Amino acid sequence: MVGHSPPPFFKRGPAPLAKLVFFLVLSLALLVSDLKLRYLDAFRQGLSVLAYPLQMAAATPADFVRNASDYFASLVRLQIENKELKSKQLQGGERLLRLEQLEQENRHLRTLLEARERQPVKSTVAEIMYTAKDPFSRKVILDKGAQAGIEAGQAVVDDVGVVGQITRVFPMQSELTLLTDKDQAIPVMVVRSGLRAVLFGSGDGLMELRYLAANADVQPGDKIVTSGLDGVFLAGLPVATVARVERDQAQTFARIPCLPAAGVERFTHVLVLGHRESLPARPPEVEPVVGKLKGRKARPAKE
Amino acid sequence: MQPTNRSRRILLPVKMWFVYTTLFTALFLNYIPTGHLPAVPDFVALVLAFWCIREPLKIGIGAGFVFGLLTDIGVGAALGQHAFAYVLVAYAANELSRRVLWFTPVEQALHVLPLLFLSQVVMVIVRLMAGAEFPGWWMFFGSFVAAVLWIPLHYVLLLPQYQPTERDENRPI
Repeated sequence: MVGHSPPPFFKRGPAPLAKLVFFLVLSLALLVSDLKLRYLDAFRQGLSVLAYPLQMAAATPADFVRNASDYFASLVRLQIENKELKSKQLQGGERLLRLEQLEQENRHLRTLLEARERQPVKSTVAEIMYTAKDPFSRKVILDKGAQAGIEAGQAVVDDVGVVGQITRVFPMQSELTLLTDKDQAIPVMVVRSGLRAVLFGSGDGLMELRYLAANADVQPGDKIVTSGLDGVFLAGLPVATVARVERDQAQTFARIPCLPAAGVERFTHVLVLGHRESLPARPPEVEPVVGKLKGRKARPAKE
Repeated sequence: MQPTNRSRRILLPVKMWFVYTTLFTALFLNYIPTGHLPAVPDFVALVLAFWCIREPLKIGIGAGFVFGLLTDIGVGAALGQHAFAYVLVAYAANELSRRVLWFTPVEQALHVLPLLFLSQVVMVIVRLMAGAEFPGWWMFFGSFVAAVLWIPLHYVLLLPQYQPTERDENRPI
């Protein structure tokens, strides 16, 4: 009886249960390191090179449908659109004429104030190819990638306002996370009151101003623009409009859902803004003077 | 092997290149950017379940893991999300294989439906734990569509293995 082992044709490698546990642990490890630690971007890049040809081939039907619908767009619609664009251009033209003069004036004033000049940024026009298929997030794929000089972290706008931010860059395409994605946050300012806050995507096509006190000075209809404090988005780009303000005495913070200003979920061409130039150095930490300011923290001066 | 274990028709042995071709075709179908269209079936899970039930000795958990990773890359999901689900599908399909093959295609589809449904539930749980938004109930409709697709798939994927019905007197098998 000793030394009896099953004949080789029954051998199937490790037991199925052992294999199952091994692969489950492996994929869990991948999940954690991708979602929580973000270690795997290089690995993903490598694999995406393999998947790219198949992806491109699979995107062709979507391209075809889009082109076909463009082709069959009725003449009437195009004429209406043309008229709208022309009137828009006329309206904008007048402002544009004044812009140069204003910029000149602004520059003068800023030099007078010894403030840093606002840098113009380089930008790239990109087209949205399709919506990423992952149903858990709100991402779209752009047709420009690392080869067009796009980097992760760049801000993306359309003609009305901020759309989102580039989160992953592949050689020929890049992934744009929309503002309405649940993981996306953007530092903003309420135009009317100058209140600074952070705007989060809430996942249902809306956004939410969070961590504002229940008595904060926010009203429905308030315009919200970027504050530029993050060094990614330029200051003053329109982001959203406050839809309503729900103040609940039981809660510390108000619930403030906002409507995105840009056509966050319906656009075809977007502008990828270049990185802002480096921010000025942080002001040196002010040593709290214990004797003079009793218990009050020394605040760094506002910009 | 037979189309089902009750059938009296003998099939030719499966060719592994055909198995992998169909898996890559399914991957291609998964890559088609349908956006957030509801009720799009997960083709890779379906074809993987099919081959894991038909050929439990030849294809299994390893293939599930690799094709899961490829799906993750292509659809922009979290790395390991589909891999996790497909590994479970492949294991369960391998284990169920000896039972499922006794049934007719329609009854087989009823066995596959909970498998695919559970794979989606697993993915939703994993992503929700990581803090993603809930995609909505319509998403689960995809596995019902996939289960319906099982019936035509059962014939299409076995086509290369069928033998001519007219017997050749000189070649009895």
